[in-house]
Amino acid sequence: MRKFVLKATVLVSVALASTAVLADAKQIADGKVLSYNSSKGNCLACHSMPAMADADQPGNSGPPLVAMKERFPKKADLRAKIWDATATSPQTMMPILGKHGALTETEIDAVLEFVYGL
Amino acid sequence: MKKMNMNMMMASALTLGLTLGLTTATTVYADPAAEQGKILAGFKKDYPDVKFDDMIHGAMVFSADAKSQYNAIMEMPPFLDAMDAGKKMWDTPFKNGKTYAECMPNGGKQIAGNYPQFDDKKGEVVTFEMTLNGCRTANGETALGYSDMKTMGVVTAYARSLSDGMKVNVKVEGDAAKKAYAEGKKTYFARAGQLNFSCANCHIGGAGNNLRSEILSPVVGQATHWPVFRGKDGGDISTTLQKRYVGCFKQVRHVSEKEGSKMLNNLEYYHTSLSNGLPMQAPVYRK
Repeated sequence: MRKFVLKATVLVSVALASTAVLADAKQIADGKVLSYNSSKGNCLACHSMPAMADADQPGNSGPPLVAMKERFPKKADLRAKIWDATATSPQTMMPILGKHGALTETEIDAVLEFVYGL
Repeated sequence: MKKMNMNMMMASALTLGLTLGLTTATTVYADPAAEQGKILAGFKKDYPDVKFDDMIHGAMVFSADAKSQYNAIMEMPPFLDAMDAGKKMWDTPFKNGKTYAECMPNGGKQIAGNYPQFDDKKGEVVTFEMTLNGCRTANGETALGYSDMKTMGVVTAYARSLSDGMKVNVKVEGDAAKKAYAEGKKTYFARAGQLNFSCANCHIGGAGNNLRSEILSPVVGQATHWPVFRGKDGGDISTTLQKRYVGCFKQVRHVSEKEGSKMLNNLEYYHTSLSNGLPMQAPVYRK
């Protein structure tokens, strides 16, 4: 019985862990699509992404998206930046993507997962 | 003694007046020359090699390739039929036999650089297109729609071509004119739309930067060459300056007021004054 419980726990844990990994992979993929889409996140309009070989003809109105984990040790800070960059930098050109509803909260999370890996 | 007091009072009043005048000039930038100078100085810091006269070419000052493509297109521009249609409208007499040329100042030649202008009697900014419509209504015709590019768009393209080479010379004189200018400036700097951009974000602060592959043009020079015929529209549909404003607002997802509205007239007044001293050319091709 004890063995069974252990086995079941391990199985459930593995299942949960793989679901989490899968969700991340899907979020990252969705985030990439949103980030490249000119009518959605449109990150490429202003930011280059040196890590992405297919990030064609990026703009240069914003800083390159590199070393994001080092630049934003707290992931929540990066999310806040994407959601409303003017809250911390009133003069920034960056569009207010979350607060103004250009992206939904789910879309913001997806963009965050993608950008955080850059 | 009494006379001296009077003189002293007058001197004080004069000093006060001068002081107030100076204070207003330095804080509100009601002087278009000072405003243009301030923006140009900021631009020169980033792009010291760009010549003032070349700023009529917009974003092409940053790209020799784009300029040479433009030169090739302008040798045989795609908008010649539209210009013929505009000339036909200009030359065709109104029902009462009068023409635009008889009604417009100086026969319509070398005048577009004076617009927009502030009409003290009407108490409002008057654009070149409003003057064309004024001729129509004064002669018993209906006014053309300011967003109608098939009529107003082509007749203004031809009418403005009669002012080629004239330097932009927008004047802002008197309190009412300064107020309209200040309102236009406010619109230019106000952030708008879901994306939260102001005109100034891109065309003052961001001039020369790229949005994807598009280079942002500097504000100085932008008002010298309207209407334009854009490649994206097939090169043969007129886009007036105010039509372009509406398009810009749409891009930042802002529902703006319409072509011919007081808001856009005031915006055009401020915006055009920033091109003072630059030669006009109409129409031209743009991407």
